[in-house]
Amino acid sequence: MRVPVSWLTEYTDLPEGTTGRELAEKLIGLGLEVETVDRVGADITGPIVVGRVLDVEELTGFKKPIRYCRVDVGTANGSGEPQNIVCGARNFSEGDLVVAALPGAELPGGFAISARKTYGKVSEGMICSASELNLWEDHTGIIVLPAGGAEPGDDAYGLLGLREDVLDIAVTPDRGYALSIRGVAREAATAYGTPFRDPADVQAAGAPGKGYPASVADPAICSRYVLHGVTGFDPEAPTPMWMKHRLALAGVRSISLAVDVTNYVMLEVGQPLHAWDRATLSGPIEVRLARSGEKLETLDHVTRALDPDDILITDESGPINLAGVMGGATTEIGLSSTDVLVEAAHFAETHIARASRRHQLSSESSRRFERGVDSALQPAAATRAVRLLAELGGGTIDEGYTHIADEAAVEPRPIVIAADRPDRVAGVAYGRGRVVAALERVGCTVEQEAGGEAELRVTPPTWRPDLTDPNDLAEEVIRIEGYDGIPSIPPRAPAGRGLTPSQRLRRSVGRRLAATGFAEVLSYPFMGERDLDGLQIDAEDHRRSALRLSNPLSEDEPLLRTTLLPGMLKTLVRNVGRGFHDVALYEIGLVYSPRPGAPERAPMLAVDRGPAPDEQESLARALPEQPRRVGAVLAGDREPATWQRSGSPTTWADAVEAARETARSANAELIVRAARYAPWHPGRCAALYVRVEGEERLVGHAGELHPRAVAAYGLPERTCAMEVDLDTVEAAGGPASAPAVSGYPVALQDVALVVGDGVPAAEIEEALRTGAGELLEDVRLFDVYTGEQVGEGRRSLAYTLRFRAPDRTLAAEEIAQAREAAVAAAAERTGAVLRG
Amino acid sequence: MSAPNNQYDPVEVTPLHPDEVARMRHEALAAIAAASTLEELKQVRLAHAGDRSPLALANREIGALPPSARADAGKRVGGARREVGEALKQRQAELEEERDARVLVEEAVDVTLPTGRLPQGGRHPVTTVAERMADIFVGMGFEVVEGPEVEAEWYNFDALNFLPDHPARTMQDTFFVESPSGGESGLVLRTHTSPVQVRALLERDLPVYVVAPGKTFRTDELDATHTPVFHQLEGLVVDEGITMGHLKGAIDEFVHGMFGSGLATRFRPSYFPFTEPSAEVDMECFVCRGASVGDPANPCRTCSSEGWIEVGGCGVVNPRVLTAAGVDTDRYSGWAFGLGVERTLMFARGVEDMRDMVEGDVRFTSAFGMEI
Repeated sequence: MRVPVSWLTEYTDLPEGTTGRELAEKLIGLGLEVETVDRVGADITGPIVVGRVLDVEELTGFKKPIRYCRVDVGTANGSGEPQNIVCGARNFSEGDLVVAALPGAELPGGFAISARKTYGKVSEGMICSASELNLWEDHTGIIVLPAGGAEPGDDAYGLLGLREDVLDIAVTPDRGYALSIRGVAREAATAYGTPFRDPADVQAAGAPGKGYPASVADPAICSRYVLHGVTGFDPEAPTPMWMKHRLALAGVRSISLAVDVTNYVMLEVGQPLHAWDRATLSGPIEVRLARSGEKLETLDHVTRALDPDDILITDESGPINLAGVMGGATTEIGLSSTDVLVEAAHFAETHIARASRRHQLSSESSRRFERGVDSALQPAAATRAVRLLAELGGGTIDEGYTHIADEAAVEPRPIVIAADRPDRVAGVAYGRGRVVAALERVGCTVEQEAGGEAELRVTPPTWRPDLTDPNDLAEEVIRIEGYDGIPSIPPRAPAGRGLTPSQRLRRSVGRRLAATGFAEVLSYPFMGERDLDGLQIDAEDHRRSALRLSNPLSEDEPLLRTTLLPGMLKTLVRNVGRGFHDVALYEIGLVYSPRPGAPERAPMLAVDRGPAPDEQESLARALPEQPRRVGAVLAGDREPATWQRSGSPTTWADAVEAARETARSANAELIVRAARYAPWHPGRCAALYVRVEGEERLVGHAGELHPRAVAAYGLPERTCAMEVDLDTVEAAGGPASAPAVSGYPVALQDVALVVGDGVPAAEIEEALRTGAGELLEDVRLFDVYTGEQVGEGRRSLAYTLRFRAPDRTLAAEEIAQAREAAVAAAAERTGAVLRG
Repeated sequence: MSAPNNQYDPVEVTPLHPDEVARMRHEALAAIAAASTLEELKQVRLAHAGDRSPLALANREIGALPPSARADAGKRVGGARREVGEALKQRQAELEEERDARVLVEEAVDVTLPTGRLPQGGRHPVTTVAERMADIFVGMGFEVVEGPEVEAEWYNFDALNFLPDHPARTMQDTFFVESPSGGESGLVLRTHTSPVQVRALLERDLPVYVVAPGKTFRTDELDATHTPVFHQLEGLVVDEGITMGHLKGAIDEFVHGMFGSGLATRFRPSYFPFTEPSAEVDMECFVCRGASVGDPANPCRTCSSEGWIEVGGCGVVNPRVLTAAGVDTDRYSGWAFGLGVERTLMFARGVEDMRDMVEGDVRFTSAFGMEI
């Protein structure tokens, strides 16, 4: 809502010298979100004055006819001599009063006026149009001032209101009343404690009852309906300059006098109005809900299929308006309309809100109805409109007007509150007197409840339909008293238990990965089928079963991710594109997959009580599964080349190690097995398991990506990745128990085992551990050899076994025995042979 | 029992003969003097002062002498050994000195050479700033709670007093999730962290003092100041006798903890369906502390010379929300707030473009390290 300050000050007197910015601060303090104070015309400077055109010389021989005028500007030019000005407009005559910018003036856009030669003459200034002065849009010619309204040489700034502060207010949904100058002026009067003159405080013109025939099918859709008319109106009467200017300042385009008046009154008092050419109406008007199959072409020339929930204005021809949203095209008021019928109604908010959404049509009218319009305002608004029409366009106001109302329905409902409720909400001792005064200040009627002093019976004013609950009234008191009076009291929470294990784990995983060279990314959780195609994920894969957004930002990414990889891989590509070839990224975030057996639609529960446990359960069942994952992607050199050593390229092992780091954070043991799983290289893919309550569970995969996936995403060759389910890893981990730390000497034994090259190292190690028994402290693989010495299809794995006893120095025989037992177990389970 | 042996003449026990001791001493001292490196000296030490050195072996013979002769022989051998020990110590010191002066200098390296092996990683500043924000409240005794990102409309809207036809419901540009058959699923990507308020009230015993950080979604296109996926930190307190004063107190604690002590805050009346009364919170600009207001010569980029920075929204929990969560509104009241994580980061660390926080450029993340 754009509010010109000079318009607002018609209804209240601000202290002398109040600036727009100061007013804005005051209104912000009361809860109006003044976003900007527009200093309209601040860029206009220098001499701009009223001039009288003395004579006109028509210049010919140019592309268009040009006028060379002698203009009397009084003594404004210092000499008192007429000013010679070249002008391209033709909408004026000798003797007319115009607006002249003299040399030294500057117009909007840094347009400096000086005496200069043009069309063969010296032009000593410019005769201005409304557009050139930023007053309103007008390309029909220059401004011709009404005769007798001013004298040559008069300053044009004050006369035209060239400079004006305009407040731009973002009106929150609860403050419909602030969508009017009336409402904002009332707040300003409250802020400054000045009297408020209500523009809606007008005596109705004529008597109710003998207006245009109309009926309302159901008061629940329209609680008040007023029609008032003017006959003999001059359809060509111009909109006066002051009105055009105000509309322009408020951001509304001037169309015709009849339409401008309805818009003007709407801005002034907040009541949306509609004007018809009475000649286009056929028979009585009925306000009713639409019937199925009905259609209406609205003013924007869209033919709309109507919904049985739409409120319509109809006559014998059928629907003529989509009530409260937009008028119909067939009854649009035109430049030949001499009989004007004005409608002011109070439509049901929720119907208008739904209609506006359904038809994707947000209008000045629907915005106001949605937020609540003053339920008593309609007769006054219609009166204001017909008076302005008759005054500015001639014609006679009808003697009678239509007024249909369900008074009981529109009457505001009283709210009973404890007199100290505002005090208890704010933590401030206002006392009963200040509470009552504040409520009365916003227009409420306050009575003492029968129960006694402790309770108040508060009836909100008709323009505040948002006041329905005790806390609404508390807010009114607190904002009138000022939010800055609220004290600051430190909170007094009971002792908390800090972070949960899961929250701590996330931090710990992040720190570990970051410390080992990974940079965290937070990619958008959106993806498309193409992303899954690129990962070589086949049609039956569960990751294809993704939730879909009905209104995605991009048609390419309508799905919610079922894997972290697409987002991370695209981020990797972006980094490579920016010249970073050795990149390691990680992400911790949710993936989403439909819950088996979820209902088609999540239930909508009541809000007037807490949900029962089974109701909560029904909501939980409707939600998708949203496990937390950790992912990492790597490309280029894991250790970039330095002066000391050549770079070591990223391999599958780095991806597996990132998964191990994750498991270590959780104190969980990761079990690694070879697997084939998209998007990984079939020979370089590890399936990762953990043990939860004795049961092995798959938590993810790691390794080098399949060359097809690499190609599809445009990734560097040999890009590696891992993704694991953090929730399951967490479940597998837990607090460590203290190990027995022995101080006795260690015994190291190396063994080299030759095995078939299909035998996984993990199995050999497992066998060595089992065979070596309790004396074994650790096993470390230190060499892998393939070659002639061990023969084709075989490899040699060399391990160091560390033995130590908790209570003694091991004897040589014990060590030898344990070593032999370890080798024997490996031989038995994997066919390993001790290398000679 | 036999008498002590007085039969031996020390002169007759060859190694203890004074000449012999003098010779051993002489040889040892000569070898020590001849050692030119610490390694050679180590060998000399073994040969002339070790367990099997001539002097050590001679020393063993003393026990075989009659008591009367022992003192004399002991003195002789002991003196020689002491002298050799001293010489060793001295030569050791000389050689170490020499090594320090020459060898260590020769071993000098350029310690300014780069030492890194792994590329530099880092945690995303949105993550770490959200943690820090939460930690400030954890320090006040709050606990950290979380909720799902795909949320039921009931939690995201209805229970928070966003009625089905209220304009506030359309104010938040919501991502809707399709049902399996392509219809309405009643599920959305949560538009704020506020549904966690309702979940916390349903899942926990009163009183409740919690913060809920998390990802939120609105259908805004990415530009310098908007992103469709962003993060909030929600706060909720429900207890007996709670007022807006406690809310202001908590916000003050947060602002002081995050941006510096002594910063003023102010509340401006506002509107949110789930709080009544509602307020927007501003804090005094922590960079210029208001000095840039009306001083065009010294503009402040952080607050655009307004003197105030918008921190977030807050208010008294609307009793309708408490009712929908099954809380007795006669006994309990509460407050809630929502703070923008990206916004906090932008102010706290001078991030100027939202896209930097979204694109995942390693330079951006790595610059923030592990903590913020």
